[in-house]
Amino acid sequence: MVMTRKKKHRIILVSAGLALLTGASAFAVLGTQEAASFFRTPTEIAETPPSPDTYLRIGGLVAEGSWQTGATHKFVVTDTVANIPVTFTGIVPDLFREGQGVVARGYYQDGVFEADEILAKHDESYVPKEVKDSLEEAGHWMPNS
Amino acid sequence: MTAELGHFALILAFAVALVQSVAPMVGAQRRWSDWMAMAAPAAITQFLLIAVSFAALTRAFVTSDFSVALVARHSNSLKPMLYKVSGVWGNHEGSMLLWVMVLALFGALVAVFGRELAPGLKARMLSVQAMVGAAFLAFILFTSNPFERLVRPPVDGADLNPLLQDPGLAFHPPFLYLGYVGLSTAFSFAVAALIEGRVDAAWARWVRPWVLIAWITLTIGISLGSYWAYYELGWGGWWFWDPVENASFMPWLIAAALLHCVVVVEKRNALKNWTILLAILAFSLSLMGTFIVRSGLLTSVHSFASDPTRGFFILLILFVAIGGSLSLYAWRAPQMRSGGVFAPVSREGALILNNLFLTVACGVVFVGTLWPLILEMTTGEKISVGAPFFDKAFTPMMMLLILVLPVGAMLPWKRGDLRKVMPKLYIAIGLSLAMMAGVFALQEGAAPLAPVGLAFATWLILGSLTDVAERVRLGRIPVGQSLRRLGNLPRSDWGKTIAHAGFGLTVLGIAAVSAWEAEDIRLAKPGDVIEISGYEIVFESVEKVKGPNWTATRGVFTLKLGGDVVSVLSSEKRFYPVAQMPTTEAAIDSNLARDVYITLGDQQAGSGDWAVRSYVKPLAAWIWLGSLIMAAGGLFSVADRRYRVGAAARKKRAAPTGAVPAE
Repeated sequence: MVMTRKKKHRIILVSAGLALLTGASAFAVLGTQEAASFFRTPTEIAETPPSPDTYLRIGGLVAEGSWQTGATHKFVVTDTVANIPVTFTGIVPDLFREGQGVVARGYYQDGVFEADEILAKHDESYVPKEVKDSLEEAGHWMPNS
Repeated sequence: MTAELGHFALILAFAVALVQSVAPMVGAQRRWSDWMAMAAPAAITQFLLIAVSFAALTRAFVTSDFSVALVARHSNSLKPMLYKVSGVWGNHEGSMLLWVMVLALFGALVAVFGRELAPGLKARMLSVQAMVGAAFLAFILFTSNPFERLVRPPVDGADLNPLLQDPGLAFHPPFLYLGYVGLSTAFSFAVAALIEGRVDAAWARWVRPWVLIAWITLTIGISLGSYWAYYELGWGGWWFWDPVENASFMPWLIAAALLHCVVVVEKRNALKNWTILLAILAFSLSLMGTFIVRSGLLTSVHSFASDPTRGFFILLILFVAIGGSLSLYAWRAPQMRSGGVFAPVSREGALILNNLFLTVACGVVFVGTLWPLILEMTTGEKISVGAPFFDKAFTPMMMLLILVLPVGAMLPWKRGDLRKVMPKLYIAIGLSLAMMAGVFALQEGAAPLAPVGLAFATWLILGSLTDVAERVRLGRIPVGQSLRRLGNLPRSDWGKTIAHAGFGLTVLGIAAVSAWEAEDIRLAKPGDVIEISGYEIVFESVEKVKGPNWTATRGVFTLKLGGDVVSVLSSEKRFYPVAQMPTTEAAIDSNLARDVYITLGDQQAGSGDWAVRSYVKPLAAWIWLGSLIMAAGGLFSVADRRYRVGAAARKKRAAPTGAVPAE
């Protein structure tokens, strides 16, 4: 018994329905707050400040001499053109250091970026891709420096 | 000389793989039995050659032969022996060598254990397996040669990434690869079946143990990786929905769906096309995972080096393998004979629901993982899809799966009656609802996570136990007879119960940790006492210690409950001078009821206080114990006499009246 036409149509319908269901549920959730976050460079934030309820990521270098430790960490993220002050409550990752690349996730409110997550790199030779791109845009990226 | 020997063995393996991918396939098409017969010895030879090559690389690492570039870059003479060995696969080239070795191992295993396999199917299957092998051997030889020499060898090596110097992580990649690459057998069997144009119960009985073995090792590999992240990264999290984690989780979801629907092919001769498609998808996702991890598209601890030629090469393999197999599927699948019919309410129907939820769950993970890549390629906008997305999109699918699971597991084949099955589950339903009400009443606040999560876990565990109790007619016949029936239950039924209960225990751990975790972050100095969830953590002292290839600042903590000392714990902040890199070793006091998790942070510049982060995580250990129990369930199933490799054909020989295919 070779597959009938009717059966073939039914299988196509079911597969299409499945794909639609997957896509619809995925994108419905993607649209919600905090599910997905856009990336902005310090320059972009300084030029067009995002609204305080936009969940986003910011990346650049931790400015030299800007890191104040404590239960709440304060530091400045820079792409060498613009500087954005950042606060973060918690323990920063092992490789968090001044002069090194960092990506922070959170909200930009009243001129301060309040981070709820700090992503540092996993090893010495790795620079977060966003940080590299943001420095390149500012014209200050030197490979292997 | 060993490095050159290893390189030479690898080139020979490539040549053998080329012959193995062509000769048996041509032989099977033309019915030349001598050409078909080449498949098995070739598969075994290919594996032995790669094993020689792997042994040569291991020797270079163990003897710290820094004239080999790979060893110089990733090892160090001071490193403990375990990490010299695990350093072999702690880098791009070595890990790819391990990848092809596992691929060849599965080919050789099928060659050895598949003596009873129909010659045509065996020849085609091993030929497909060798095609994948040849592609990846070429990838290693042309873009990532692990045996490259240095003209001027350094005095000492640059050391393995310190994060990877951990016993849990030493074994994480081999297990993960056994699972990842183990799915290649199901893929090769599926492609061979498409070429033959025939899928039957015997085929399903051949495929099932391989899918199970792949799924078991993938389960263990993912658990090890998750546990490593838990205690080594020092954040106390155990799953981050990191793209690389997702890359291993997607094949796991599809493998779980596949091992359920291959049962339908075996018992009821239905859902054949769907099973073939899942077998192709599962390995395609493994290949895609390899591409994501190795191409440098995503940077994480897993991407050792990003080199565009490598990414391009893997993309090419990916394109040919996935595109080729799916085209073959589109061409051949409609001609496949379809088999048994069944009512919507039946075991088959329930397993379709299982497959539906698992594939949709995999689909949303797929969208969440690849969406940022697609968006950046098309619009240049960089987004990151985080845990909130996956929590919201993935959890509902799992909840639906859990709701249906115990009912579906008890439905009979072909046609079932919910009015007969549901009353058997009333006790399990009642107790789960009681659990929900009890937790809701006990906890402060009205957050639904804990009551619902714990009720779902209870439902899964009690539902699985109810199934067994019904099978042995507990309470309806004398206890002695019930016990005898229990002893006679097929191992695959035990496997099913154990795996489903293990799933319930994992859900229990996840729900409890997510709902009830207590966290405390503060600046403290030795002598301070941290009070959390009824425990007292006394910060005793900070001392300097020295390991074989690191120095550390160690914080010593005494954990007390009601004034009694529970344990003395130490958390370290290690520094690896060769790699110039710090790592955190968390202090964990773990038992079945809760984990107490403490990490020592940085010392503050002014006050000299230390940042200390402590957690109490109720039932956390069950997240991993549950997954190991799931894997144990799989092992029971593999051990079932009916599925012992080769049983299918032997049975067929004993009953010659059955339709024996022309060969």
